Amino acid sequence: MKEIIIRFLIGGLAVSFFSVLGDVFKPKSFAGLFSAAPSVALATLGIAIIKDGRQFAAIEAHSMIAGSIALFVYTSAVSWILMRRDVSALWVATTCLVLWAAVAFSGWYLWLR
Amino acid sequence: MRIEVDLTALKQTRWHEMLVRFCLGGLITAATAIIAKKYGPGASGLFLAFPAIFPAGATLIEKHERERRQKAGLDGTEAARKAAAVDAAGGAMGSVGLFIFALLISQLLPEYEPWIVILGGALSWAAASVFLWLIQEYQWRPSHISDQRSSQRRPPFS
Repeated sequence: MKEIIIRFLIGGLAVSFFSVLGDVFKPKSFAGLFSAAPSVALATLGIAIIKDGRQFAAIEAHSMIAGSIALFVYTSAVSWILMRRDVSALWVATTCLVLWAAVAFSGWYLWLR
Repeated sequence: MRIEVDLTALKQTRWHEMLVRFCLGGLITAATAIIAKKYGPGASGLFLAFPAIFPAGATLIEKHERERRQKAGLDGTEAARKAAAVDAAGGAMGSVGLFIFALLISQLLPEYEPWIVILGGALSWAAASVFLWLIQEYQWRPSHISDQRSSQRRPPFS
């Protein structure tokens, strides 16, 4: 339980740090880069290296390749829909999480498993 | 377009909005550890690129942009939605950097000093993302081209 709390705090701090960077930078397209920052990855991989070893962390990073491709598809789809349809950002960003999951899991199952 | 730092933008973000982002970031990091324990590092690694705070971030951008426009007496609904769309386009460029980050870490971590690999990966993410952003700026913004060159690029029949 203690480890989960430590991970929660470190992850929360890392994500908040990159979010603040995204808030202060202009223009919006540049600030958007920080929404795909390796915040959760930095927090998780650091702890994984210390606790479970380099090999374990390398396997996690290997799967992350599929996750990052899915993130590209997800953010591109969200941007495309928001530019062309009269829908709220929350609705599009939440609904498209299904797309992220589909691309990430199928990519991992087909090529990285 | 020039890159600027606007610290006054932080005043627009309320403490509960920061708290939501902190909790979502913490939750996905904690959840990744639980998934790793139950299903192994192959499954948990996928979630290192999960857009956990993206819906909250996009909503905040839309809300802040709408409020800013409404203060100026405008409707701002469409402009707010487009601001969120532009932010998401930036996220797509950042995700290419994230791909390079993951690729480097997975290949180099077993052989080299971990902190150097992590630092190198983070710097590669930043370099690749900014490079892509600069390319799209040059491609799509005619303001980067001098007037003379810009006139040369116009089709002859325009």
